Parts: sequence; C-alpha cells; structure tokens
Amino acid sequence: MRYERTGGGFNLAALLLAAGFSLIAFHAGPALALDTAGGTAGLTAPFRPIYLVLAAILVAALAGFYMGRTQSLRTAGGQIRDLHSLPSYYGFYVALWCGLPAFVLFVAWMIVEPGIVDDMVLAGLPSSLSELPPQRLGLILNDIHNLAAGEGFARVADEQMVAAARHYNALREIGFWAMVAAIAAFAAGGLYHGRARIAPALRARNGVERTITVMMIVCSTVSIFVTIGIVLSLLFEAIRFFQLVPFWDFLFGLEWSPQTAIRKDQVGSAGAFGAIPLFAGTLLITFIAMCVAVPIGLMSAIYLSEYCPRHLRGIIKPALEILAGVPTVVYGFFAALVVAPFFRDTGMVIGLDVASESALAAGMVMGIMIIPFVSSLSDDVINAVPQAMRDGSYALGATRSETVRQVIVPAALPGIVGGILLAVSRAIGETMIVVMAAGLAANLTANPLEAVTTVTVQMVTLLVGDQEFDSAKTLAAFALGLVLFFITLGLNVFALRIVRKYREIYD
Amino acid sequence: MTDLANDPTAAREAASAAARVRRRYAAERRFRLYGILAIGAALSFLVLLLASIVLRGYGAFTATEVELDVFFDPAVLDPSGALDRATLGGADYRRLIIAAVGDRFEGAEDRRAKREALAMISTGARFDLRDMVLENPGIVGTTRKVWLQTSADIDMLRKGFITREVSEGERRVSDRQLGWFDSLAADGQVRTVFNTRFLTGGDSREPERAGIGGAIVGSLFTMLVTLLLAFPFGVMTAVYLEEFAPKNNKWVDLIEVNINNLAAVPSIVFGLLGLAVFLNFFELPRSAPVVGGMTLALMTLPTIIIATRSALKAVPPSIREAALGVGASSIQVVTHHVLPLALPGILTGTIIGMAQALGETAPLLMIGMVAFIVDIPGGPTDPATVLPVQIFLWADSPERAFVEKTAAAIMVLLFFLILMNAIAILLRRRFERRW
Repeated sequence: MRYERTGGGFNLAALLLAAGFSLIAFHAGPALALDTAGGTAGLTAPFRPIYLVLAAILVAALAGFYMGRTQSLRTAGGQIRDLHSLPSYYGFYVALWCGLPAFVLFVAWMIVEPGIVDDMVLAGLPSSLSELPPQRLGLILNDIHNLAAGEGFARVADEQMVAAARHYNALREIGFWAMVAAIAAFAAGGLYHGRARIAPALRARNGVERTITVMMIVCSTVSIFVTIGIVLSLLFEAIRFFQLVPFWDFLFGLEWSPQTAIRKDQVGSAGAFGAIPLFAGTLLITFIAMCVAVPIGLMSAIYLSEYCPRHLRGIIKPALEILAGVPTVVYGFFAALVVAPFFRDTGMVIGLDVASESALAAGMVMGIMIIPFVSSLSDDVINAVPQAMRDGSYALGATRSETVRQVIVPAALPGIVGGILLAVSRAIGETMIVVMAAGLAANLTANPLEAVTTVTVQMVTLLVGDQEFDSAKTLAAFALGLVLFFITLGLNVFALRIVRKYREIYD
Repeated sequence: MTDLANDPTAAREAASAAARVRRRYAAERRFRLYGILAIGAALSFLVLLLASIVLRGYGAFTATEVELDVFFDPAVLDPSGALDRATLGGADYRRLIIAAVGDRFEGAEDRRAKREALAMISTGARFDLRDMVLENPGIVGTTRKVWLQTSADIDMLRKGFITREVSEGERRVSDRQLGWFDSLAADGQVRTVFNTRFLTGGDSREPERAGIGGAIVGSLFTMLVTLLLAFPFGVMTAVYLEEFAPKNNKWVDLIEVNINNLAAVPSIVFGLLGLAVFLNFFELPRSAPVVGGMTLALMTLPTIIIATRSALKAVPPSIREAALGVGASSIQVVTHHVLPLALPGILTGTIIGMAQALGETAPLLMIGMVAFIVDIPGGPTDPATVLPVQIFLWADSPERAFVEKTAAAIMVLLFFLILMNAIAILLRRRFERRW
C-alpha cells in the first residue's frame, strides 16, 4: 500500500513550528517597546507570557508529530509495510523528543528561577541592607517583590529599594528570555535528534509505549508525594510551634486564647495554647451531629433496603444524596440564618438561654449533612447481608422488623459501625458549617446550648488575614492541622479495616 | 386434637397467641413508621433548606429603579465646553443626582433632607450617568428622563422586607423617604427590572451594586486549572493501577493506601498544604485561581482516580483478550479499546469530582482567596474569588440586602451543581453499556 500524503504534512509542520515561535516574538514586540517608552516614572512587572511558552511547546510537539510521520513514510519509500511501526508512532516519537524535554525544562525552570533570582538580588544589595538578620531580610525581599510588581508601597521605598526592585525586574526579564532560548534549543535539539533517528527499523512504537508507561508510573506516585507533602508541611510548622509552646501544654492545656500581643509590653501578651477546649467543642458538635444523623440515616437505610418498593427507592435514594451534594457553605448559611435563630427564639419562649451561636444549631445542621453518608454506607452493608439469612428468619415466622432487629442489624453491625466512624471523621474535619455557625470563644463546656469552638474554626481564624510565620499564633494552626490529620487518618484506617473485614465474610 | 371451645387452657393459649401476634404486628407497624419518619425527616430537611434559600434569594434577581428628570448640566460636567472624554469621565455626576432629587422630592431643601433624598438613589448610579454621557456626549445640556437604580434600602422597601408599621427610629427608611417613594410609585415612576448587574458585575460594598460575575469567572478559571491537572494525572494513575501495575507489589499497595487515605483527608488540610507548599515554598501569588486550582486538584485527584478505576473495572476482560488476540500491544489495548469504552464512566466521575471542587470553600480560605476583589479577573494569576467564598464573605454581612444576595448566589451555585450532576447522569444513561 502506498501512503499518499507525503509533501503536505511537512509544509504543515514547518508552518506550525514557525507559528509557535513567532507567537512569543509577536507578543513580546509591543511589550518591549512599551517597556523602553515607560522610562523611569514607575516600575512595572516585566512581561513574561508563560502561557504562550506552554502553547509554543505544544505547537512544536505537534509540528514534530507531522514531521515524524511524513519522514517515516519517506524513508520507507512510501511502503508502509517496510516500517516497524505505524507512521503515527514515528510522529509521536518525534513529538515526545521535541516536547517532553522542553516541557520538563519549563517546569524545572519555573520552580528554580524565583529562588535564584532572589539570591542574586540579595547578593546585589548594599551591605547596609544585606547584613540584616534573615527575618528582616525576608521582609525586605517581600517589599522588593511588591515594588517590582508596581503595586503597593514598600515600607522603605528609598533609592536602594527601588534600585533592587529594578535589578529584580531586570533579572526576571533576563531569566524569562533565557528560558525561552533554552526551551527553544531543547525543542529544536529534540526535534533534530528524533528526526535523525527515524529509520524503517526504528522501534518507534516500543519507544513511545515505554515513555507512556513511565509517565503513568510518575503520575501514580503523585499521591505518595501529596501525602508526604501534607505530613512534612504540617510537621515542619508544627515542630516550630512546639519550640515556642511545649507539646504537653498544647495537648492537655485547658485554656485557649491565641491572641499574642504584637508589642512585648502589652497586657496578656503570652497567649495560651491549650487545645483541650477545642477538642471538647469538636467532640460536642460531632456528638450532636451523630445524634441527628445516626438514627435518621440508619432508619432510612433500613426502610429503603427492606421495606421500600423498588420504584420509590429509585426516587428517594437520589433525593437523599442531594443532601450530600449541597456545598458545606450553604449548610453554614442555613445554620447561621435559619436554625440558630430558630433555636434561640424557641429557647426564649420556654425560658432557656440559648446562645446565638449554640453548639446545638451547628451540630444539628452538620448532622443533616451527614445523613446521606450514614444512610448510603449502611444501605451498602445491609444489602450485602445474604438473602438466605433473611429467608431463614422469615421461615421461622419472624416479622420483617424482627428480622431486621435480630438478624440483619447484628450481621451488618461491624459495617454499620465502620460507616458511622467514617461519618464521625467527616464531621470532625468539617469546616464551613462550624466556621459560620459555631462560636469563636473557647468555652470548655458540655452544654449544647452554649457556644463552643472547634479545631477547624480555630484553624480558619488563625490563618485568614495576616499571617506571620514566626508567631506561635500562625504556627498553632499547623499543629492543630497535624492533630486533625492524624485523628481523621486513624479513624479512617480503623473504619475501612472493619468494613473490609466484614465484607470478606459474606462475599 | 382437642376441641378449642371446650378446653379452657387451649382457649387461653389461643387468645394470648392472638394478642402476641397483634403486639408483634403493632411493633412491625411502628418500626415501619420509624423508617418512614426518618426518610420524611431527611427529605423535609432538604425541602426546608432549599425553600429557605429560594424564599430569601429570589428577590435579588430583580432590582428597583426610579425615574427622575436629570439635567445634564454643562456647568457641572464640562465648564470649558470641550466635551473631551477625560473631562466628562472625571466630572462629578453626583451633583446631577443631587439636583434631580432636589427637583423631584418636595421638601428636600435643608441639608438633612437632601442627604435623605440622595440616599434613596444608589451611590453607583453616578457611574451609570457617566457611562450614558460618555456614550453620547450630545446629551450634555439637555434634560432626560432617566431610570436610576435605587439604594438597597429602597429596594428592600419595594420588596416588602421593610415594614411601614414600626416606628421611624427602628426602620432603615425614614418617613420622609417613604413619602417620596410613594409619590414616585403613584406617578408610575418606580419599576422593577431584571438585575443583570447581579450576574455580571463584580463585588461591591454597596449591596445593590454587588454582583457575582467576578466570582463566577474566578470559579471558572479555578475549575479550569483543577481540570487540567486532576484529569490527566487521575486518569493516568487509574489506568496504571488498574491495567499495568504488578499485583502484590508493595509500592503499588502503598500507592493504593495513599489514594484511599487522601480521599478521606479533611479538605481544610489540603488548604494547609497549599499554604505551606504553593504559597510559602514556591511563592506563588496569593488569591490567584491558579493556586486555588492546584489545591483543589490535589483534593479532587482521589475522586477521579477511584471513579476511573471502577469504570475501567466495568470493561469486561473479554475485550482486552480479543484485542490482545489480534496482536495489539498492551498499551494499544488500553488506548484503542478499554479507555474509549470506559470514557463515559470516567467523565461522569470527573464531573462529580469537579462539582465537589466547585462547592469547596475551606481550602481556599487557607490560601487567601477571601480578599475583597471588585475587578473581574482576566486570567488565572489575577486576584480572584470563587462562588462559595463569595457566599461566605457575603454571609458575614448583617444587612438584609446582603442576605438576599447571599441566598441568590447560593441559588446560582446550586444551579451550576445541578447542571453538572445532570450532565453526569445524562452521560451515564446515554453511554453506559451493560455487558
């Protein structure tokens, strides 16, 4: 078989390649002109069209694909059967050579460049600035960044800072164009190399497939890196926190007031970081949530799986799942605006003093959110109980409810408990409902009518707004996050083990 | 067999058995009732939730406007008479409105009354007048009937949220303003229009000018970044684990355990990760959709992986064996046969994961997407906010008008979520194959 398309592909490839690199040049032209015209009046961030670089790499790879495909046919004299692989595999082969190294270089450059530029800027500072302690230096660097971007005013916008910002912008600009040049060189080199290797005997498909496999393996390791990233980032900041506040004081302290003073001589400058009130508040709200979710969720699951006609089940089950799909911020709004005032007003009528941010309101709304988790997890395990056990019970004359209570629920109990534990872990980690409907003050109380605060609420309040990564206040959030991470992780591992063990018995 | 009628013991037993059966059946009915009550409670919570939001929010989709005669005074707008854009754009349009309300409202003479009269018109109305003049400079020097947006308080009054019965001190609208409003209404100079500004505009401190356009665009950019990262990584991970990974390999086991655990990590912890790694370590910009998208991508990854794996599992092994049998390589089996067949399931899972990410708030608070941002973002690195965060921010404002906006923003968010889930269900119904 003769393959007809030979010449057209090459023209298209050349066109695409030219288009790719002229894209950047075209966009850079006016920006450069503007830069020189702008003069000394104000600093503006240098022009760095990063998306265009990505687009150019993509276009170059596409060009490589067409080149490789046409060239493979040409080397085989148009005889497709003389080639080891199909022509498109030669195309992918060249495209990978052209695009992949350039893309990897791009990502690496993006990660490395800011640090190097910062170091160079710091090295170029006059000695009066560069000999400051590292923390002050960090602030100065921040000011330089702001100045260089042309936004905000530096705290010391003197000549030296402006000069440093100018230096920074110049370096960033040089860095960008050096990157463009390096990427162009990599792409061109890869293109040349890939094309030079094309021959009918080249095992292009195997090469391409090996690359795809490696890429898949790299992708699947991402989850490990995310876990490592979570643990390390929490651990590092938490260790810094525990250098400021003793570990046992944090874990077993009874007082939580993270407001540390800015000046040393202010009243109450110490701040207390005892997390027990937070844990107690979290547990109280979780307990209330479970009191709502477990009976309703479990009974719904039993009714749906044992009593409900099939067509009704097909309507009710998705309707319940809508509750799980509603964003938590919506529940928070609902709790703060409808449920909490309702409880407060009812309390006033019967003469109870209910706080307007009572644990009851937050817990109850959280319980509503968790109903579908409990019901769908319980539904799964109840359905997994073998029909033979039901039939045996009916044969002995038991009614349906007796079968449920005395046969099905005991048989499904481990799975149900596992599901409830998963729901508990979900409730502990839930943030928006409690941020919007629970209180901020850390009361150590078991009264559901009072306002309590939770771990997640404190994390949000500590980290939203100004963050200083050398104060115990900000770092405390990471310590709380670490505790939260390990508690939910432990609950999940435990719950999943129970569920899995149970499933194996009946499968 | 004994005769029941003549044997007292047997009769007693029969009676007690009948009573026992009645009791058991009553218990049965009670149990069934508990089930119905539980489902009823869950569903009524759902209805209550949706109803309370719709009832509070539907009003935000309309706005109130009043008609005033505005004299485009050349002395105010353009004393030089040059009619150039710079002068016209920088002129004080508030004075036109002051003059217009002074003419229309009786008794608006002293300072206080004038201030009250001016407070009936939105502070943003001057920008509408400016845009009118810039569009058509010829109207300078003429008097036009112009529909001006009212302030939020007057809007609330028109919607019936401000009751006239309470005394003046407890009302946000004064008696004088009530009188003026009624006279406008009597003359047909009050109208209700669809509030396009709410859907297209950016955030504002004035409730009547605040819109969710900026938040929608911010959500769009964030979701785009999330999709671009989570979809390829998720699908490739799932394909590797399901089709290629060696069984009983401890590295593969480690990966699987990690994915399952990540699926259960509270979302706020991902926010801490984003803060520590993306913002502090890589020094990416705060409040940017690109960072939000990356953080949410890490959160969505396990969802997509798990959904893709179950979609791949559903493709019967006979397809793979047939493809291998005619000489396809193992990669070709996957790319030519298994993936296309699993694609509806993969897309369904991805859409559901994206819907989760769209409604997520907590991790974005950690990475600083809570700033007050008026401008509509032009790209993934511009400062932006997203829909759920906008809802969170507005929910903090005690004003009645912002409550309405919050509920309306929730309605828009829920609309997008329902749309995405409907697409997912449709995909599943349309393309799912039973083997």
